[in-house]
Amino acid sequence: MTAITGSAWAPGLGYRIRWGLSDTLTLTRRSLLVWFRVPAYIFFSVIQPVIFVLLFRFVFGGAIPVSVPGGYVNFLMPGIIAQTAAFATFGTAIVLAQELKKGTIDRLKSMPIARSAVLTGRLTADTIRMFVTILIIVAVGYAVGFRFLNGFGPAVTMVVLATVFGVAIACISAFTGLAIGDEESVQSFGLIWLFPLTFVSSAFVPIATMPGWLQAFASHQPVTYTINAMRAMALGGPLEPTLWPNLWRSLVWLAGIFIVFVPLAVRAYRRAA
Amino acid sequence: MSQFNGAGERPAIFVEGLTKSFGEVHALRGIDLSVPRGTVLGVLGPNGAGKTTAVRILTTLLLPDGGRAVVEGHDVVRDAAAVRRSIGLAGQSAAIEESLTGRENLEIIGRLYHLSRPESRSRAGELLEQFGLADAADRTAKTYSGGMQRRLDLAASLVGRPRVLFLDEPTTGLDPRARLGMWDIIRSLVAGGTTLLLTTQYLDEADELADEIVVIDHGLVIAAGTSEELKNRVGGDVIEFTVPDRSRADDAVAAIKPIGEGEPHADPETGVVSVGVGARGSDALIDAVRALDAAAIASHGLALRRPSLDDVFLTLTGHAAEDEQPNGRRRGSRRGQAEDTDTARAAS
Repeated sequence: MTAITGSAWAPGLGYRIRWGLSDTLTLTRRSLLVWFRVPAYIFFSVIQPVIFVLLFRFVFGGAIPVSVPGGYVNFLMPGIIAQTAAFATFGTAIVLAQELKKGTIDRLKSMPIARSAVLTGRLTADTIRMFVTILIIVAVGYAVGFRFLNGFGPAVTMVVLATVFGVAIACISAFTGLAIGDEESVQSFGLIWLFPLTFVSSAFVPIATMPGWLQAFASHQPVTYTINAMRAMALGGPLEPTLWPNLWRSLVWLAGIFIVFVPLAVRAYRRAA
Repeated sequence: MSQFNGAGERPAIFVEGLTKSFGEVHALRGIDLSVPRGTVLGVLGPNGAGKTTAVRILTTLLLPDGGRAVVEGHDVVRDAAAVRRSIGLAGQSAAIEESLTGRENLEIIGRLYHLSRPESRSRAGELLEQFGLADAADRTAKTYSGGMQRRLDLAASLVGRPRVLFLDEPTTGLDPRARLGMWDIIRSLVAGGTTLLLTTQYLDEADELADEIVVIDHGLVIAAGTSEELKNRVGGDVIEFTVPDRSRADDAVAAIKPIGEGEPHADPETGVVSVGVGARGSDALIDAVRALDAAAIASHGLALRRPSLDDVFLTLTGHAAEDEQPNGRRRGSRRGQAEDTDTARAAS
């Protein structure tokens, strides 16, 4: 058989990066348009954390003694914000599973686009979505008495850390969504691991109040380190000394999550059919 | 099958010995195809026959285990990026984001094909016009009928002006009117010079649209040719009638067996009995009336007709084209590749 003389067209790296970014932005815009078009999405991504804020601030909070400046509401909000970021990734997993099942991902892959853009576009859009949701929850927190006590810079850093944490969780969710590939399954059990991870942490109660065996888990898992670091950033003062020990552990954990789950998600995406 | 047609021109799609297995499931067991430029190949077969696997390999979504596939001169494995620039893929509305308008959907695809913003806009407008969606252009796709969504999906696959178009079961689940609408659009595309590979489980669809038909069953091409050629393989005309008393369908088969040229076939669900009678035409019809009368079998709608591709399928495979569908048509499933990959997943 004679060789087929195809146009052996090998685009340069610069070209590929340029169009990779362009494709990512196009797909980001596509996802965000959907989000703006359906106000219910915004409502639903905010309603759950708002209920948690109200529930813990006004119902359970009084019974939970904490020793941070400003009382329980200041203890609570960094935890709620981290949980909000983590739970926002439900959307990532569910939409990827939907698009996989519907064949959308196949269709996009059959086009002459940067194949990575399907994932990066989704993650970029979801990060923006997550960031906006976090800002809304911070505002809700302010309405019920939460205050940043450590100045503007650390407050911004806290929001950034929450977002980076959320993106790390989004990588796990993206992997889960693509690997399971079925919306209902993802919804019913695909993300169940997020519940122990966020509740068995320092998000809502001081870890010291948990039984010993649970403390062992709670005090060494990434959500706790991240929330403790966020809390130290937000409140400063007596929490200042806890910042670095928690922050570096948090960052090591997050780096580990990226190192493990980015390749897993990419592999699941490549194999996705 | 030669890679080159009479004019010495390279075919738009050329496939040789293509194989693909998913664990124990042999989805493709060595398929050969050749589609000359500007023609329509209908790939016909029941669910799970391997049609979708073949399309997924040709559109670079899946790597073959063996064999070779070339689209517009580009090898689908070594030169996948070039293949993707030459093709369009459409099927069951998969490219449509229902929360966006028809126009937004197409404009975004235009941007993915690296058209400038104004180019994307004008291309979208052009396609919406061509597909009769101009009036609905600024409504969200959610409000579209099934037929409109398919048309929008097909439009999306044409944004990049592909030379080769793959349509994977484009009318599955559509109502008859919407199907006819899709057929008209597909015909106009082909008239414009697009090469088309169309998979379908509807025999009338292949009959209606395809220049050449290949019949795939269990991962093999079991027949190829024009619709006429395939019908001739049945052996001329067909006598068909319905036995209202289903329990007597077997008796009817026995009664008309002597007058047929091949084995009569009875569908136990519908009570429809058919048999090829070659060129004997109306003589065979009279014989059939006598035979049924002698056996005291009541029948409806006894008629002589030209063979359909259903008959072809029966003759070639011994089973009807849609026998293997467990729950009827895949109306509920919107997934283009439901059949093949599900088996694959189960096996892996």
